Amino acid sequence: MTVDLAQSAVTPASAPTARRRRRRGRQSLIGWGFVAPFAIVFLALLVAPLLFALYLSLFQNQLIGGERFVLFDNYVKAFTDDSFLNGVWFVVRFSVVLIPLQMAVSLAVALMLDVLTGAFSRFSRLMVFLPYAIPAVIGALMWGFLYSKSFGPLAEIFGMFGLVGPDFLSRNLIFVGLLNIVIWQWAGYYMIILYAALQGIDPTLYEAARIDGASQWQIIFRIKIPLIAPALVLILVFALIGTLQFFNEPQILRYLAAGAIPADFTPNMYAYQQAFALANYNYGSAISFALGAVVFICVYLFMFITRKRGSFLS
Amino acid sequence: MTATVDTPRRPVPVDTRRRTSPRRYLPLQVLLGFLVIYFLIPFWWVIVNSSKNAGGLFGGGSSLWFADDIDYVANFTQLFTFQDGIYLRWLGNSALYALVGGVGATVLAVAAGYGFAKYRFIGRRLSFSILLGSVMVPATALVIPTFILFSELGLTNTIWAVILPTLLNPFGVYLMHVYARDAVPDELLDAGRVDGAGDFRIFVQLALPMLRPAIVTVLLLSVVASWNNYFLPLAMLSDNRLFPVTVGIGLWQGLASANNAGGTSLWSIIILGSLVSVIPLIIAFLTLQRYWQGGLSIGSLK
Repeated sequence: MTVDLAQSAVTPASAPTARRRRRRGRQSLIGWGFVAPFAIVFLALLVAPLLFALYLSLFQNQLIGGERFVLFDNYVKAFTDDSFLNGVWFVVRFSVVLIPLQMAVSLAVALMLDVLTGAFSRFSRLMVFLPYAIPAVIGALMWGFLYSKSFGPLAEIFGMFGLVGPDFLSRNLIFVGLLNIVIWQWAGYYMIILYAALQGIDPTLYEAARIDGASQWQIIFRIKIPLIAPALVLILVFALIGTLQFFNEPQILRYLAAGAIPADFTPNMYAYQQAFALANYNYGSAISFALGAVVFICVYLFMFITRKRGSFLS
Repeated sequence: MTATVDTPRRPVPVDTRRRTSPRRYLPLQVLLGFLVIYFLIPFWWVIVNSSKNAGGLFGGGSSLWFADDIDYVANFTQLFTFQDGIYLRWLGNSALYALVGGVGATVLAVAAGYGFAKYRFIGRRLSFSILLGSVMVPATALVIPTFILFSELGLTNTIWAVILPTLLNPFGVYLMHVYARDAVPDELLDAGRVDGAGDFRIFVQLALPMLRPAIVTVLLLSVVASWNNYFLPLAMLSDNRLFPVTVGIGLWQGLASANNAGGTSLWSIIILGSLVSVIPLIIAFLTLQRYWQGGLSIGSLK
């Protein structure tokens, strides 16, 4: 007892440090307790499948000799396989056209809704968002109907002006047809994110700018857009991840757009075909893994380039 | 530049915003009106055409207006009795996968996000960076690897093959982390500890009520992701009695397209089936809008 007292008198910090350390140990344990259930799911359903796919992708199943270790042969094959490369080229082109368009639409709607108030504005906000609640499959199907020659209105509408309606399910226009579906589906979701960010801006800034003689456009470009830059980066990342993984819409439209969408239209569709139609798990794994890696690297590079204070994931 | 972004969302007092004078913004209102029409056209088409029978669909009448005979009753009857009423089963499956998977994913995300936000544990920084990295791993990239793994374990073509992968929601954890960090003050937790409450009790009784908007958002996002999922169940399931409604309708659509002559009667129920399958989520979004409208922005405002 006296020794204790003496010691603590000599080194007054030691007892609290020990207690703090013990407390920190306990904190550590409890912290892990909260995180553990998710961590288990993470290991079992993200890490394990990826490692297993990586492992499988290093083998080839051959008619003679069965499974054979081939190291990176599957990857060499993928990156020289026209089907895979054309698929990648398609999703890259698609992203380059889609993402700016989609961001422009969602930003424009968000800016409009930020200025307008009232019942119509609230109603519009909900209606523009509505497609997000629709499964991609159903959305693609709905637009497929609208595009369809047999029961779509396009022929009818263009016919009124004596014109022939465009066939968005044809080989030439399927790009535009898909573009429209994806914009329709996701613009509302992105709009809500941007709108919420705009509503978070302090309105006195606008007053101050107006007193300084700023026009409405200057307020938009000098105040609003810079202030919601983090939200713009966030939706850009979402859009990039989603588009490079394109699968649902073209897969569904395949039936309606006879011939315009081959089975290897996007990398994901090609991997699906390899794994399920051809039961070529090794090559399917390699494509999935390669694609996942490409997406990860693209997004990571993008995040790195646009990294700044206050942005997503910084 | 970031000063205003960093402040927590606050309700914008309507009175200080200048009232919209309708005349001044008339062109904007008109433009918005056209946009709303664009976003609603597919819904309108489906509502109109689900009332038609095969004759009405292919009869050459206007596809943007009702046919002379509105045939909802017959279409509904056919939808719910076709192939022994399998459509109802698909709806039930979708609900099961979405609720079990969505609730499970939310529980995991809330606990983990809170843990990351409020405890300083060994390996926290490393595991959190891994989590952030995994947000960028797209879910569809995992489908084929997970399928192959599950088929080794004999789990494919069971309900677990769809429910288990749904539990993984790294973005949900990230959202909960951001929200819990700002919305739950450390002082409150310390006060709870001084009063002798255990950590779990503090979490349930003090933290959870403050996290409610984020919880509803994560739950809604998880449920929607699961209800709308197509690739995963398409890969995992081969027994059509286990299909969710998205894969089921995809199956019908494939049948109808492959078989143009015999398929014409199928189109009416595909269209009506599409309409019915989107109603639950639309209702969920409309009734819960108070929560998600603020919640969706959590990730973008720090």
